[in-house]
Amino acid sequence: MKIIVCIKQVPNTNEVKLDQQTGTLIREGVPSIINPDDLAGIEAALAIKDSLGAHITVVSMGPPQADIALREALAMGCDAACLITDRAFAGADTWATSSTLAGAAQLLGYDLIITGRQAIDGDTAQVGPQMAEHLGIAHIPYAEDIKADGEKIIVTRQFEDRYQLLQAHYPVLVTALSELNQPRYMSVGGVVDAYDQKEVRLLTYADLETFVPVENIGLKGSPTRVKKSFTKSPKGKGELHQVSEDEAVEIIIQKLKGHLIL
Amino acid sequence: MDFALSKKHLLLQDLYTKFATNEVKPRAAEVDEEESFPHDTVAKLGRYGFMGIPVAKAYGGAGADNLAYAMAVEALSKVCATTGVIVSAHTSLCVAPIMENGTAEQKEKYLRKLATGEWVGAFGLTEAGAGTDAAGQQTTAVPDGDNYILNGTKLFITNADAAHVYIIIAMTDKAKGTRGCSAFIVEKDFPGFSVGKKEKKMGIRGSATCELIMRDCIVPKENLLGKEGQGFKLAMQTLDGGRVGIAAQAVGIAQGAIDITVNYVKERMQFGKRISQFQNTQFELADMQTKADAARLLCHRAAFFEDKKKPFASHAAMAKLFASEAASDITRRCLQLHGGYGYSREYAIERMMRDAKITEIYEGTSEVQKMVIASHMKVN
Repeated sequence: MKIIVCIKQVPNTNEVKLDQQTGTLIREGVPSIINPDDLAGIEAALAIKDSLGAHITVVSMGPPQADIALREALAMGCDAACLITDRAFAGADTWATSSTLAGAAQLLGYDLIITGRQAIDGDTAQVGPQMAEHLGIAHIPYAEDIKADGEKIIVTRQFEDRYQLLQAHYPVLVTALSELNQPRYMSVGGVVDAYDQKEVRLLTYADLETFVPVENIGLKGSPTRVKKSFTKSPKGKGELHQVSEDEAVEIIIQKLKGHLIL
Repeated sequence: MDFALSKKHLLLQDLYTKFATNEVKPRAAEVDEEESFPHDTVAKLGRYGFMGIPVAKAYGGAGADNLAYAMAVEALSKVCATTGVIVSAHTSLCVAPIMENGTAEQKEKYLRKLATGEWVGAFGLTEAGAGTDAAGQQTTAVPDGDNYILNGTKLFITNADAAHVYIIIAMTDKAKGTRGCSAFIVEKDFPGFSVGKKEKKMGIRGSATCELIMRDCIVPKENLLGKEGQGFKLAMQTLDGGRVGIAAQAVGIAQGAIDITVNYVKERMQFGKRISQFQNTQFELADMQTKADAARLLCHRAAFFEDKKKPFASHAAMAKLFASEAASDITRRCLQLHGGYGYSREYAIERMMRDAKITEIYEGTSEVQKMVIASHMKVN
């Protein structure tokens, strides 16, 4: 089975700074991690590889420094890695990103694609499902459990108040939730292999142009326009009451009544 | 000349830190308090490749270098010195001599299980009358048909109670002194082998330090490690590598102490100020961090020359001498910055100060390191 896992390198904090001019994130100086939902996607793919055997390619679209996120995935046990990086892809919104990733999936070939539900620096949850639409394949989002065999996949799909049990035949795309599993660590030998034995294949637009029209990539291929980005500021000052539990309950009830919530 | 770690080593450091923080640190106080060998942690260490870091992939190891190994021991020791020495004694004192001196059959039989952590390794040189004077070995090995018969008692053996394989030094020809010593690979189930009294120690209390007793212990001749008569040389070379591991352990203890102390002084209020705002606190910590960095550089230099297959005995001795004394000094001063709370078992600094002391003693005391360094300086 051929599995593609899409991952994103994200800043390891909610305290990201914005470039006020462009409305995009300033990534320099912020420690980076693999997006938590994507990490669960890697683990889900590795679990399938452990039980059924599979070849896992991990794919990321991003700047050259995303190399380390891909090496981490290789060190966990993924077989191959591709970094889609080109000035032509810069400024992509979810539409352009998903178009580009779908192009890479066509280039690489796949039975199963796993993406994270959403990235902690964007929270759109759009890229995975959009990829499936571009590729014309079924997708199951919000997987909290995955059972796979050689022909089909059975996914427990999470809702706020219930879940669905959905079955799909390959090819299919699944988006993973971080609560899906406990991702394994890299192994020492895995890190050695990630640098000494394996390589991160670089894909530029030239590699993908057969699959993705130029009008679907980068800033120009992005229908989204950022009107304004800002950090929400607190509307009022907080109040600190050092009181007993019963008094605290009473204060809260009065406040809620005061705002006509109760 | 390049002081920066490679990308590979940086990613290894990331792995070590995550593993130590999530898997080792939460158990450290309990392992110390209950003096219990952390078998479950060792199983996980094995699964993720920590038990065979410098072992070739062909034998189930991680295929990394000694720098990567030293960095792992440092990261583990930063949060739990017991776990650090379990990996260090296993790797440097049992795995390494088999890797360096073993026959193809010995490597195939022992390295794979050791490198994956299925088996734990230990090393028996020290005896009641043979500490710093390691040449005074009383344990004997007498040929008998296809076997050697070993008799004697080894003392203060790290990992003893948990190990499956031991490198044992014994006299095959007492008349020849150190040239009459030989090394053997002994399995715990060999007839006549047993683990004796467990030591009650000041620090590294989870590491299962015991006596090893051999009474007419039958060791097959194919388990002679290296050649007959070369056991003392093998033991000394093994300890050269071991000292890189213990230096790394000491650096880890020192850095762990500094890190928790920096957090503590930023919270502790006295005279209406955080005590981190006092210049005495800042100078103390600046001095300690400088020492810890110097110790780490000496440790990495020794590992570097070991990896380059260049002579590194004096580098390893200097690293261990400086790092172990730095660890003792730093943990004592960090405890002082904690004040009364530091003396309480509620705080990890108390354990770290107890753990640091042994690094000045085992695998060659500070005085032995000075003997090694002076001999390389040709001062005699």
